[in-house]
Amino acid sequence: MSATATPANGQDGDGIVLSARDIHKRFGDVEVLKGIDLDVGKGEVVALIGASGSGKTTFLRCVNMLEEYQAGIIRIGGVPIGYHDEGGRRVRLPESTVVRQRSEIGMVFQSFNLFPHLTARANIMLGLTKVRGKSKAEAGAIADRWLERVGLTDRKDHYPYQLSGGQQQRVAIARAVAMDPRLVLFDEVTSALDPELVGEVLTVMRDLAKSGMTMVVVSHEMLFVSSVAGRVVFMDGGRVAEQGSPSEILKNPKSERLRSFLGRFHGVLR
Amino acid sequence: MTLFQPGHFFYEVWIARGVLLSGLAITIASAISIIAIGLSIGILGGLCLTYAARPFRWAMRGYVDLVRGTPVLVLIFFVFYGTAIIGIDVSPFLAGVLAIGGFCVAHTAETVRGALESIPQAQSDAAKAIGLGFWGRLIHALGPQAVRRALPPWINTAVEMVKGTTLLSLIGVVDLLLAAQQAVSRSFMAMEFYGACLVVYVVLCLGISQLGAVVERRLAYIRY
Amino acid sequence: MQYFFNWDVVWRATDKLAYGLALGLGMAALALVVGSAIGLGCALVLTSPKLKVLHRPVRWYVEIIRNSPLLVLVFFVYFGLPQAGIRTLDNIDSFVLTLTVYAGAYMTEVFRGGLASIPARYVESGMAIGLSGRQCFFFVTLPVMFRIVLPSLSNNLISLFKDTALASAIAVPELTHTARWINVQTFQVVEAWTSVTVLYLAVSYSLAFVLRRIERRYAVIR
Repeated sequence: MSATATPANGQDGDGIVLSARDIHKRFGDVEVLKGIDLDVGKGEVVALIGASGSGKTTFLRCVNMLEEYQAGIIRIGGVPIGYHDEGGRRVRLPESTVVRQRSEIGMVFQSFNLFPHLTARANIMLGLTKVRGKSKAEAGAIADRWLERVGLTDRKDHYPYQLSGGQQQRVAIARAVAMDPRLVLFDEVTSALDPELVGEVLTVMRDLAKSGMTMVVVSHEMLFVSSVAGRVVFMDGGRVAEQGSPSEILKNPKSERLRSFLGRFHGVLR
Repeated sequence: MTLFQPGHFFYEVWIARGVLLSGLAITIASAISIIAIGLSIGILGGLCLTYAARPFRWAMRGYVDLVRGTPVLVLIFFVFYGTAIIGIDVSPFLAGVLAIGGFCVAHTAETVRGALESIPQAQSDAAKAIGLGFWGRLIHALGPQAVRRALPPWINTAVEMVKGTTLLSLIGVVDLLLAAQQAVSRSFMAMEFYGACLVVYVVLCLGISQLGAVVERRLAYIRY
Repeated sequence: MQYFFNWDVVWRATDKLAYGLALGLGMAALALVVGSAIGLGCALVLTSPKLKVLHRPVRWYVEIIRNSPLLVLVFFVYFGLPQAGIRTLDNIDSFVLTLTVYAGAYMTEVFRGGLASIPARYVESGMAIGLSGRQCFFFVTLPVMFRIVLPSLSNNLISLFKDTALASAIAVPELTHTARWINVQTFQVVEAWTSVTVLYLAVSYSLAFVLRRIERRYAVIR
């Protein structure tokens, strides 16, 4: 349906942070992404919704090159990442470049993925010391600041096994944003949490959005999506089927597929 | 029975104390050498089995399967007689240590491979996401977890290596067992000397297991 | 130094090699069977609260044997027993006895682990349909345990077969001893040891193959 979407009102000006053009990805014989186009502006919060198998997570993983993809170019701040155009041909950038580019993009995973051998504080510090090259003191100070921001100062020396799911996820968010990335990707970050722990994580995400962080969020939490996202993108069958503001998409779905998808969330959106 | 005349047995031990002690020293020295060889090359081998390009992986796999499918004793004899016939002048100690060391390398490589492959892919993803490169991921994110997982089976390997040093006696290396054999041939106190040998080896092996348990406890904060 | 290959020495020794292989397999199989009986018995003792008094001796047996080098045990039995008056065992019998006792300790751990990893829900279902404790044991616990331990059993059989190489130290005419004989007689080092290595590998792989097929048919699918 749509080509590239313009950033939502009020978010323009500082430029496009993420720009994806015609992304195609195959797993073996199955084409999972059939030409994704997406633009995200600075400070925008874009929510990706859709049924499982629609390609939302796959697309996210293509952005920070956790997955290779067969066609299309993704740019962060105008700079192509992972692949670039070399005289008309699409060429993969060398691994060392890709590794560096990944540090500009933050990612928070569904299963938290904290490093079990490091404390909460050390988890956050790892990227700062080993990738950004900061001193231990500097990294420590940054980590402490973010731990306070997510409300876990008293847990900073705890190991992941000593933290609840919600606490681990908050540390994971801190770990991602402490690197000062241009963009943070959230992959169904509350789906693996017990219901009573979801709220604390969403609160942190809301706070981040308010402070101007550019976020792409794959989520099933429709209330959160409607209240925090600036734009909602509905993916279906590997394509962007519909997109618009939360009220447009969630209250007035235009396509049949979107309507039936939203219909499954009965009661939540009224 | 001679067993119940302690003076007699201890007397024999006292006479043979030089050989027995040097035998013990040889046993310990060979065990340490074997474990050192096994660890250093084995870890590289494990990395090769997990991450290297296909031809290298297959070569390593072939080596591991070949060595693990053969009795250690056969490997020892092969190296021992083989180096003699080729003309390389190698002491029995070196030949034996290299053979058992090669065996240890195969086992260690398998253990390391198993440990690395048992770490969920997601950990690798998370390490990639914060911008760590291959060696950064290996050393800072995956390594500590792999060590934790590899430790219990590897302690078993270490104990097996200590027990394996007894095979060196069969190619003439005067380890504790051969020293005891020599004492037996003089004194005819087979049960006493071999029994005492057993005690020493059991103590050595239990000691290593205990050490391993201590290290495991200190690493217990890494849950998986 | 020149080395001349002469594979003839191997072909001429085929009878010895075949005998050695069969002997090795036979000793390993016997040790496995009897050792399993010992192991199962000990495992049952360890898991039975009524026989608590036997726990200590069994634990000692297992820990001592598992931390003892097989070769020392072999010498202890072969040279030590005659000293204590038991002179009826020849070298093969002596080795099989030692290997059996050795296997027993490892089998104890295998069966104990197997018993411990049976999900409680199987026995509970048994009780729920009215089976008595003893019936549960024979019709639920034991069959499930055997299927769980099948992979370990096959691995142990292969290990025991490789351990039979140590019998050469007391002149039992199995494969390793034969290889040494060929080596010493003919100086054809490569031929002797390569052929024996190939035989050991062939047996290990064949055993593994056959046992894997059996496992696939019978091993537990959770």
